[in-house]
Amino acid sequence: MSDHMVEARGVTKAYGALQVLKGLDLVVRKGEVTCLIGPSGSGKSTFLRCINHLEQHDSGVLRVDGELVGYELRNNKLYERSPKQICQQRANIGMVFQRFNLFQHLNVLENITIGQEKVKGVSEAAAQSRARELLARVGLESKEKSYPVQLSGGQQQRVAIARALAMEPKLMLFDEPTSALDPELVGEVLDVMRDLARSGMTMIVVTHEMGFAREVANSVYFLDQGVIEESGEPNQVLGNPRTERLRSFLSKVL
Amino acid sequence: MSSTLPESEASLEVVPLRHWGRLTGAVVTLVGVAMLGHTIFSKIPSRTGQVVCHTVNATKSCHAVVEWRFSWNTVGSYLFDPLVMNGLWLTLQITFWAMLIGITLGLVVAMMRLSHNRLMTGISWFYTWFFRGTPVYIQILFWFAISYLYPTLSIGVPFGTLTFLHINSVTLFTPLIAGITALGLNEAAYFSEIARAGLISVDEGQIEAATSIGMTPSQTMRMVILPQAMRVIIPPTGNEVISMLKTTSLVASIGVIELTGAVDEISASNFKTVPLLLVACVWYLLCTTILSVGQFYVERYYARGSLRTQPPTPIQRLRGDLRGLGARLRRTPPAVTR
Repeated sequence: MSDHMVEARGVTKAYGALQVLKGLDLVVRKGEVTCLIGPSGSGKSTFLRCINHLEQHDSGVLRVDGELVGYELRNNKLYERSPKQICQQRANIGMVFQRFNLFQHLNVLENITIGQEKVKGVSEAAAQSRARELLARVGLESKEKSYPVQLSGGQQQRVAIARALAMEPKLMLFDEPTSALDPELVGEVLDVMRDLARSGMTMIVVTHEMGFAREVANSVYFLDQGVIEESGEPNQVLGNPRTERLRSFLSKVL
Repeated sequence: MSSTLPESEASLEVVPLRHWGRLTGAVVTLVGVAMLGHTIFSKIPSRTGQVVCHTVNATKSCHAVVEWRFSWNTVGSYLFDPLVMNGLWLTLQITFWAMLIGITLGLVVAMMRLSHNRLMTGISWFYTWFFRGTPVYIQILFWFAISYLYPTLSIGVPFGTLTFLHINSVTLFTPLIAGITALGLNEAAYFSEIARAGLISVDEGQIEAATSIGMTPSQTMRMVILPQAMRVIIPPTGNEVISMLKTTSLVASIGVIELTGAVDEISASNFKTVPLLLVACVWYLLCTTILSVGQFYVERYYARGSLRTQPPTPIQRLRGDLRGLGARLRRTPPAVTR
């Protein structure tokens, strides 16, 4: 049994004529935190979305916990999986979005229980008690009856993290989780993520928070125009960039 | 030049601006409303020319009998006529079934329109084009006359000769069924556009979030998209129900004795046309009023989560207004509450 949670080999993706991913190779070990950095349009979000099959990659191999994403290998052929199987795969991968995307018509508690009840078939009582546990973990136990519009951006994002964790995922994907937040609210979300990393969750984080990457990540990948330009330990990649592109990128974001 | 200010500026009296234009407009409108009310409830000399004469102290005096201009007493006597009551009940039933067909089929048409399958979008576009593009009155007559095109309807192998079930069109499409079918299919065309607007109003991020926690497309539609689309769908649908309630009167033309058909039938025998039309209006107005109130509360239910604080209900607002008025009469400024 390999200790690779995510394994990408030569992953490509195009939107029409626009080649967004040009053959990405990446390995994330279990329990590791990986940060993807790079300018906008570099393909980091697209790659993240390919991992839980919100987007379908065109070619290459993408495995999550040893299983091919979206395909099944039989008789040396890749068979597309049925929507139901893909949904089951996705339920094991949590995702946190830049715009939070909480269900607007449900209150905080219902946002966290709906997936457990409807997708995993957990009983209402069990789902609620797990939801309350998670709300306490993200520091929002008093907000369970609130609707998303009544919360600040930081609070919404913490609920979104709790919603993803409620599915007991083996992998968490974060797509620029703090980019839509007011500066003073970024800290509370990063605190929750830091805590989550410490608990041993495997995480892939697309971020512009270099401080977070340096402190929490086990490895950092720098993407530019659909290609991984540099990768390695955060201190080496962020502290001692080898390519001119990364140097100029870092000078802009730091 | 500067005016001198009193010692304590906090004690300055505030003189509100008088809105003279607004006041004049209100007075003119009020006079108009009073005139309207007066004529509606005015009395006129009897239309039959009836005269009553009295003889007092050997002098005979005659004067015309007066009656309501709008014959309110006749209206009152036919308001609960059994034929009217049955007609009203039928009107409500036709409205219900036509809306049920319209909403169910309209939702299917809307989903087809949003599908990725070109054939589906084409068919749904054609459906809306046809049923919205022809008068509903003609559609009613058409379904009533369907047996002219298809004397018998049968279920069997497509394009084959083998059939399992035969139904005589005339027995299936009674005037009532023809009317409900026509109104329902017509409504589906309008409702599909309402539903489509509602479905595309839901943020794509909601769909992605539902997908990311492993919901199937059908779960996403039922549990995430539709409940949120309802907020956009309900107000125009309320309009449609109210409109449908009145449009059902068209089926009177194919011999269905619903509310309009009932008052028609009564006035055909007693020639009290106007009072009987008023009877129908009273019932239509009562039903649409109840529907409007219902719509308000349904809208409120589906608006939860879209506003930080819900707007007050009319009753809450009235209570607030009265409280404000009371405070003003007591010459104390109303407390500022937000």
